[in-house]
Amino acid sequence: MDINNKKKYNKRYSTPLKVYNWVVLLLVFFQFNFVFSQENVPELDIDVTDGVVEPIPVAFPNFITTDFSSSIIANEISRVVKNDLLNTALFRIVPDGSYISDVTSIDSPVRFADWRAINSDLLVVGDVTVVNETITIKFRLWDVVGQNEIFKGVQFKGPSNSIRRIAHKVSDLIYSGVTGEGKYFDTRIAFISERGPKNKRTKRLAIMDQDGANLIFLTDSKSIVLAPRFSPDSRKILYTSYETGKPRVYLMNLMNGNLRTFPELPGMTFAPRFSPDGKKIILSITDNGNTDIYTLNLENNLKKRLTKNVAIDTAPSFSPDGKFIVFESDRGGNQQIYVMPSKGGKAKRISFGKGRYGTPVWSPRGDMIAFTKMYKGNFHIGVMRKDGSQERLLTKAFIDEGPTWAPNGRILMFFRETSGVNGAPSLHTIEVTGRNLKKIELSSFASDPSWSSLLK
Amino acid sequence: MNYQKIIMSVLILFIVTNCSETNGIFGKTGSGSDPFANISQSSLEYFSNEVGDTVLFKVNQSVIEPDYREVLNSQAKWIKENSIALVTIEGHADEQGTREYNLALGARRATAVRNYLVSKGVSESNLSVVTYGKERPLRICSEENCWSKNRRAITIIDGSSS
Repeated sequence: MDINNKKKYNKRYSTPLKVYNWVVLLLVFFQFNFVFSQENVPELDIDVTDGVVEPIPVAFPNFITTDFSSSIIANEISRVVKNDLLNTALFRIVPDGSYISDVTSIDSPVRFADWRAINSDLLVVGDVTVVNETITIKFRLWDVVGQNEIFKGVQFKGPSNSIRRIAHKVSDLIYSGVTGEGKYFDTRIAFISERGPKNKRTKRLAIMDQDGANLIFLTDSKSIVLAPRFSPDSRKILYTSYETGKPRVYLMNLMNGNLRTFPELPGMTFAPRFSPDGKKIILSITDNGNTDIYTLNLENNLKKRLTKNVAIDTAPSFSPDGKFIVFESDRGGNQQIYVMPSKGGKAKRISFGKGRYGTPVWSPRGDMIAFTKMYKGNFHIGVMRKDGSQERLLTKAFIDEGPTWAPNGRILMFFRETSGVNGAPSLHTIEVTGRNLKKIELSSFASDPSWSSLLK
Repeated sequence: MNYQKIIMSVLILFIVTNCSETNGIFGKTGSGSDPFANISQSSLEYFSNEVGDTVLFKVNQSVIEPDYREVLNSQAKWIKENSIALVTIEGHADEQGTREYNLALGARRATAVRNYLVSKGVSESNLSVVTYGKERPLRICSEENCWSKNRRAITIIDGSSS
């Protein structure tokens, strides 16, 4: 017999993985200067937990600039900010053709009557200068109805390649100042970029900004890669790769490109996540056909087994205080969600609805758990309280899977896979209220999103 | 127009004639009624087509159904007779499940096949298992007739001992 005639596609998975473009990542982490301190001010009367929200009209005159090159950057910043605000469906931009007042200085008194006359509730004014490749933006947010400033003027400085990050920080202050909710625009998404037909799909680990911009590939397409998870500081990514021919967990450091391979863990390993302090990872190890949950201390390499039974125990996720884990198990006969102490102990089932439940993820606020539910041939993204009560399904599709929380605990991203021979996944977001379902437009298929923490 | 039609007709005639000749040539060297008559019983082709390299499973199950015990008995016999030292068993799942669960389920299926082969005398050290979950479907439609073919374990012969 011909020994060399191995199945070709087995070979495909064994090419060493390359780390791409990590130097680029070093450049985009930088510090912002806050010149004015922020202070808490009364919130507008808006509650994003309501089911239906009438978008707030925002007047958004062009940022003030003194030269042409600054005005190009200023326009780009305001375009990104407007896009962020519109994506929330909480705001609408009042068309600038209707503006009565001219803004010539961010320090001039605001003629509130002029902005009320065109039915604006909010007014954003800003000033952009670019000197020696450094962008400086000062901006103010006015409550036109209450005639007061929502927060004191803020100034951001950053290098000229940080236009989008500066813009997202402006959006964050506006969104957070108006709604009282946490920030989430200056964040990244790690995900799997997919190409090709359904039975020969290639998968690459990638990261991008929360709005789909600045896509960077971190692996080539030679090995199947799955389910990246950001570290709490957003500077590392855990993921699963078939680089060796079997699914194995890897830890990539985005700051220096280093790759940790965990040779101390046996067999097939997958479904990794970080602990909230970033010092441990939790994951599934498959040994002799049985899948259980383990933690590994990244500092002293101590391994701890948390579940031990013949059932499938997988998809673990820590509570934000680190005291509990939530995971899925078929120990009761089919896939359901369980909670147990992270130090080990008795697991308690929390999902009791009809159907099967998987991929539980604890909210960064600690109050809710998002999950994938399979019921009557459909997949749903849903949320429940951490005790399993108040289950609410937010979506319904052929396959909706793998929710990840925005750092403010208000928005979920997941992937939706269409059915049939041309079926393919794409990323979507939805508010935890069930409103504002949005697809993230990308040039490739995309799955397995992981939302970073707020960037520093 | 007429001129073009004539050329087309001549071309088509030529192609048809040529095809029938080609078929004739291959017809003479064909293998007759049994397509595997000329295939060595120790070849990988014989293993995958005649012995059978695939075991199918019910939804969310990893039990070897009675229909497939005979396939695995033949696999075990063939592996032993041909002194195969390297065998990989791939476990797969259909798309109707979450990614992590399907990885675990594929591992269960591959391990069920491995354990059966071991029970039939194949050396455990010659067998390795890998799960692909729902990553590598064989059939790509989103209906049960595809899903049933995707819930599978495949025995892949990697090499002999000699």
